[in-house]
Amino acid sequence: MAIIFQKPKALKDTSMHYCPGCTHGIAHRLVAEALDELEIEGRTIGIASVGCSYNSYDYFGCDMIQAPHGRAPAVATGVKRSKPDSIVFTYQGDGDLAAIGTGEIVHAAARGEKITVIFINNTIYGMTSGQMAPTTLLNQYSTTTPYGRIADLHGYPIKVCELLATLDGPAYIERASLADVKQIKNAKKAVKKAFQVQMAGLGFSMVELLSTCPTNWGLNPLESMNRVKDELVLHYPLGVFKGESLEV
Amino acid sequence: MGQKLLMKGNEAIAEAAIRAGCLHYFGYPITPQTEIAHYMAKKLPKVGGVFLQAESEVAAINMVYGAGSTGTRVMTSSSSPGISLKQEGLSYLAGSEVPAVVVNIVRGGPGLGGIQPAQSDYFQATKGGGHGDYKQIVLAPSSVQELYELTVEAFNLADRYRIVVMVMGDGILGQMMEVVEFRDKEPIERPDAPWATTGHGCERSQNVITSIHLSPAVLEKMNLSRLEKYKQIEEKECRYELFNDEDAEFFIVAYGTVARIAKSVIETARQEGLNVGLIRPVTLWPFPRKAIDKVMGTAKAFLTVEMSAGQMLEDVMLSVCGRKPVYFHGRMGGMVPAKEDILQKLREMKEQLG
Repeated sequence: MAIIFQKPKALKDTSMHYCPGCTHGIAHRLVAEALDELEIEGRTIGIASVGCSYNSYDYFGCDMIQAPHGRAPAVATGVKRSKPDSIVFTYQGDGDLAAIGTGEIVHAAARGEKITVIFINNTIYGMTSGQMAPTTLLNQYSTTTPYGRIADLHGYPIKVCELLATLDGPAYIERASLADVKQIKNAKKAVKKAFQVQMAGLGFSMVELLSTCPTNWGLNPLESMNRVKDELVLHYPLGVFKGESLEV
Repeated sequence: MGQKLLMKGNEAIAEAAIRAGCLHYFGYPITPQTEIAHYMAKKLPKVGGVFLQAESEVAAINMVYGAGSTGTRVMTSSSSPGISLKQEGLSYLAGSEVPAVVVNIVRGGPGLGGIQPAQSDYFQATKGGGHGDYKQIVLAPSSVQELYELTVEAFNLADRYRIVVMVMGDGILGQMMEVVEFRDKEPIERPDAPWATTGHGCERSQNVITSIHLSPAVLEKMNLSRLEKYKQIEEKECRYELFNDEDAEFFIVAYGTVARIAKSVIETARQEGLNVGLIRPVTLWPFPRKAIDKVMGTAKAFLTVEMSAGQMLEDVMLSVCGRKPVYFHGRMGGMVPAKEDILQKLREMKEQLG
């Protein structure tokens, strides 16, 4: 019997701990497919962060380092600068990248570090049970904004792609969504391109993936996907913010 | 021995690191150690190395974590407030057993403190400034020559034990100039690093550098295996210098710059009929308890002298363990213990103890 669909080689054959309806599994798969298609798993070093994906090394088969909260871009910098021929990616959530790790991501981007950042934006802290993230939308409920996020009290959500696109260092920045098949296909192209940009030595590349957190949103998986499609994209528009005309 | 050069302490550290094969340096400016960064910025690009000025101390130590994870010899340096910021990274390095060398040219604290020499980071360095049960080897040079030699040794120790080694000087040692005699060839030991995350090349199984173990039983086991390593280090790597220790009645215990002052105190004390010896710990962790045991036969009392409120004092007291009296003289905030004050303290001890 012919095999017409299987797990990417760069993903281990194991079940994941993520909640039903969570898009981490899809995001992992897209990264692994890129590593397979570009045949780079053997020289790739991934940097796991702090959050639900802290143990993504249990799923990715490449060499991995688990970084302190928010510091993945600095750890990636150390790896890439000491092994310039390797392919280095970080996999970070919105709390990790846009709150505690704001300094590290901005400066890695500004330096044009030749790394790839996979940024999971689900507008909430997942692992610690649903606190406000820097990306939490106004009026969104969380365990630390039980009356909704109010601009006067909690400030405004951060648009990371738009912020980093003001810098000269990044070569390629795109925001994609994991909410349906069509958008996942686009997301796959974006993730692959981000790695190709790194392989070509063009500079810093990042893909933000609009993602779900059914458990902490209090929505079922389908409602969660719809929230990404109907609500998140209005505040976080999809598209290429840097390097649109880049040929790789 | 080879070339002799008149060098600033901070420059000797940087030169030593390069000679030890450390071609990667990540740092952030802070007085009184910034000459290390200047030297690295100038020299490393010329020898195929990497100098990177990080956006923060926190980022710098995490860059060290990344480079160290690939089995690369790597160093960062800072001074007290900056070393405080690195504590998170140091704990992760310890938990993941990634080797690295960290230099702390100590200045007075707490807070922003001052920029003058101090030894008030002893607790932080030797007792674990970051969270969790861990240790790092702490080397305490007392001359520019020793800054060079111990920095080279720091890299060997770091690789041998997969541990962080801190070279701890003070503002005087970092800034002073002395003649350094360099070896023609450095005694470099570099064990293989099969654990390093270098990319598996589809030839070996996955390597993971991590410090998280959510199972309590597994985490305890990891800690126990590290304790075993620490025990070995305590047995094999204690270093100290004994000076004028034959038949001395009173022993000064001092390290770094203060040990040099103590030596000159000992000369003068002898003329007054005071027979004083010196115990100079070279490793602050592991603390050389054996040195205290060794002189216990003749020693009537110990005098710990530090540029702090009395931090190494606690290790001296633990080592003496009530067998003899332990006295203390300390200055803080960048003030340096004066020879006459130490002498006066010794005279008082003599008077009290006969």
